[in-house]
Amino acid sequence: MTPPRSAFGGPTLPFQGRERGRLLARYNASPAQALALVFVALFLLAFLVVPLLRVIQIAFTGPDGAFSLVHFGDFFRTSLLRESFWNSIYVAGMTVLLASLIAVPLATILARYRFRGAALIHTLGVVPLVMPPFVGAVAMQLIYGRNGTINLLLMDWFGFRIPFMEGLNGVIFVEALHYFPFILLNLSASLANIDSAMEESAQNLGAHGFTLFSRIVFPLALPGYVAGAALVFVKVFDDLATPLLLNVNNMLAPQAYLKITSVGIADPMGYVISVIMIACSLGAMLLSALVLKGRDFAITQRGGGGLSRRSLGRWGTAAAAAFVIVALAVSLSPHIGIFLLSIGTVWSFAELPDAYTVQHYVTVYRESLPLISNTVLYCGLAGLIDIVLGATLAYVVLRTKLPGRRLVEQAAMSAVAIPGLVLGIGLLRTYYDFQIPFTGESLATFWFMLVIAYAVRRLPYALAAATAALQQLHVSLEEAAESLGAGKLRVLSRIVVPLMTGGLLAGFVTSFATAAVELSATLLLVARAPDAPLSYGIYVYMQSAAGRGPGAALGVIAVVVVAIATYAAFKIAERERGLKSREMF
Amino acid sequence: MTRISRRTFVFAAVLTLGASPAFSQGLEDRLIIVTSFPKDLTAPFAGAFQKKYPGTKVEVQNRNTAAAIAFVRETQSNPPDIFWASAPDAFEVLKKSSLLQKYQPKAQGVASKIGSYPVNDPDGFYIGFAASGYGIMYNTRYMRANNLPAPKEWDDLKKPIYFGHVGISAPSRSGTTHLTVETILQGEGWDKGWATLLEVGGNLTQVSDRSFGVPDAVNSGQYGLGIVIDFFGLSAKASGFPVEFVYPTVTTIVPANVGIIAKSKNQKAAEAFVEFLLSDEGQQILLDPKIQRLPVKEAAYAKAPAGYPNPFKDAKLGARVKFNADVSEARYALLNSLYDRLITFRLKELNAAWKAIHDAEKKLGTGGSAEAKKLIAEARRLATAVPISEKEASDKAVAAAFRDLKKGEKAAGRQAEFEERWDSFAVKNYAEAKALAERAGSAK
Repeated sequence: MTPPRSAFGGPTLPFQGRERGRLLARYNASPAQALALVFVALFLLAFLVVPLLRVIQIAFTGPDGAFSLVHFGDFFRTSLLRESFWNSIYVAGMTVLLASLIAVPLATILARYRFRGAALIHTLGVVPLVMPPFVGAVAMQLIYGRNGTINLLLMDWFGFRIPFMEGLNGVIFVEALHYFPFILLNLSASLANIDSAMEESAQNLGAHGFTLFSRIVFPLALPGYVAGAALVFVKVFDDLATPLLLNVNNMLAPQAYLKITSVGIADPMGYVISVIMIACSLGAMLLSALVLKGRDFAITQRGGGGLSRRSLGRWGTAAAAAFVIVALAVSLSPHIGIFLLSIGTVWSFAELPDAYTVQHYVTVYRESLPLISNTVLYCGLAGLIDIVLGATLAYVVLRTKLPGRRLVEQAAMSAVAIPGLVLGIGLLRTYYDFQIPFTGESLATFWFMLVIAYAVRRLPYALAAATAALQQLHVSLEEAAESLGAGKLRVLSRIVVPLMTGGLLAGFVTSFATAAVELSATLLLVARAPDAPLSYGIYVYMQSAAGRGPGAALGVIAVVVVAIATYAAFKIAERERGLKSREMF
Repeated sequence: MTRISRRTFVFAAVLTLGASPAFSQGLEDRLIIVTSFPKDLTAPFAGAFQKKYPGTKVEVQNRNTAAAIAFVRETQSNPPDIFWASAPDAFEVLKKSSLLQKYQPKAQGVASKIGSYPVNDPDGFYIGFAASGYGIMYNTRYMRANNLPAPKEWDDLKKPIYFGHVGISAPSRSGTTHLTVETILQGEGWDKGWATLLEVGGNLTQVSDRSFGVPDAVNSGQYGLGIVIDFFGLSAKASGFPVEFVYPTVTTIVPANVGIIAKSKNQKAAEAFVEFLLSDEGQQILLDPKIQRLPVKEAAYAKAPAGYPNPFKDAKLGARVKFNADVSEARYALLNSLYDRLITFRLKELNAAWKAIHDAEKKLGTGGSAEAKKLIAEARRLATAVPISEKEASDKAVAAAFRDLKKGEKAAGRQAEFEERWDSFAVKNYAEAKALAERAGSAK
């Protein structure tokens, strides 16, 4: 692979512009950048590192109360945990593979060919990320379970079952359906940034078809793919919901969860496992950075608006459409299941519900309105915080040499591996005694703390997306603007941010979509019913048999809310892209 | 700043208190309840209480048990008022951390025991307001499709015909399942009790990580039979699911509890709420078809619909076993961990061993050589063995390995060390049992 060189020729030199502090100049940073890094670091220190340390210090405390690593020794001496460790690695790796098989063709088809309703397909491609708690699990079992719709039909017609939902392979299947959007989103954002001129040059030189894809297009989009794949790996490695849903206990995340949440057990092992999961996740992210290291993905030319779009022939269109439809149908089947649950009366050991009703929607109508607005408010704010922090951090990490920037980045990334309950306990422990002036309400149970908890836990998604976007942006564009007299801020607002829109959007959408169904921290931090988001409402309903329908109805509402937000975001991006290319011409 | 704002807050609170009608009844104007109960249960009680005391605003915080305990533990500077849940273990944890206060209810006519299980905490830190019995819930469509007979007794669940059709929640995850397991162990004795648990364990298809996971799966028809608390079965049936529920002859009765949190800011309202739960009015609410819990006052059954289980009349509800709460408490955490090592985390291996035993026994029928019989007996012994004797399990130093140590206390080892030993014991025994049974099958 030979990446394109800068249009200004040769490797770029760090820009030596106006006078800066000598120290900062050595780090290639402006005071504002240094300040931004300090701000992000303080945010993470306050809302991630300190709360986390206050909870997991028990992992480093020996039976006599002094500092000790004895529990880490126990971890490696325990065969069940060693087995869990390898299972988690295996499942995460295989999921990346399977998710890539879904996401890479999907992203390529969407980026390459003229498609009606591309924004709609992009939106539907995000929806699998939104798996409402409990309801999603019930729906998955009703569709793919041992006696789910598909297996009941298979039994009737052919007399056999497929164990979709059993063992490690079941976990891989469900995880891939659930998390492939990470790759789809980030890869799509990367593909959209490739200039068609690159492709055309290659075509002029005789490359086409698979060669063109494997030698030019995919390598140029590698930052996005790697960001997505690393997120899938880490997310699956740390994911709790799916193993619990399939009742697979011999993986790390469920082992940690079962230890931490078991009543009356003061076993430090749960926290030890958490620490090990954080370390592994950081390791995986570092490894993914190594893959990209020493390669240059940046492109100076901008405005082509992504790959040149082509029309497919009749057969090509049919094949592409068939793939898109099958991929989306399979990955959205849980959501179809949730919808059926929400309009069904009783659904038990049957292909479909016994009868249909709108009663469940009537039931939730009265109480769901505040739940919806709370969810939009909290997750929207969390998404915004995430892209601001993520973009800032990515910029400082890639464009400056400030000391400690990598450390801050790793701290931010570690949030992906932290169980919601652990962060929730940490935030309560750290902030419960802070009172909000005048109201006397505790800061920890104030609704904004939920926003912060969501933002902290979803920051890795936005950070990964922003980093990938920035890696494709050649520094010479900024230098050119600066040499023409633009200040740092102007460069940022006129050059960097607009050209990163796609990546920032991917970050926002992932943060928003996954925060909308967060439950574990929510359950701990919500103190008043009027402040509660949708996921809390779903939890409350799903506690009893009669609540299954209304719970599913709330689940459908959560999915629709996320879909609308995502669709709007893609529409905005499309318009931006349209504007950008017109400006250039 | 903190001090000023707190003072302002108290001042404001005093002002509002003076103005509210609750003050005239002597109650505070707020009552904060942390609960793991479903809304179906909490809403009718909160509504009725508020109707009776209109000046007191009831705030119900629904959290799962783990989050509820963590919340109470982390909010000691300004705690909620009431902890309201089923699991006695949750109350024990709070009690040991001094997060509950003693309260002696004034209500009259409350039974001191249901079956053989004491209704209230003997130390007075939490109070039983309802009871529930354990039993078997099954999906009738599933049973018909798989030609399964309806079970009647716990021992039925050992039968090979139910292999792969039964679910339970782990005792470490569900305080009520824990009590059921403990009752079986106390009723049948440690070794025989474990043999029963492991043989039923061989038929399990799932050990769920939350109590409601079991009725959820039976309602969907994911598996056919679940070992559940009665109202899970009864309320699902009332909601229209094709399920039935039976009490076995020897069943266990477990209480549902309420406790006042230490340093509650709304003491009078909290006490009034506890009294309300135990009042005739409150006990009557338990009969609601969506709640279906057993009142702890005999008088409340007068208005119960026909066929409503009544532990005061029906001798089979929980009376057979003498439950020793001290024994239970001493080995509480150890028992949870042991069950998880032997059954929850090694379910696949346990299933495989019992499948092989069932197959071999079926093949041999009543015949078979002495050699084969010996092999099977040995396989059964291995598949029902427990790595720790009753005496050891109740040993203080061993039990100490499973909880926070007090100052100067010594444990017999770390939890992880015991767990590793039990895990390898289980893996080795189940593999050997499987091999022996397979040999018996081919020895014929």
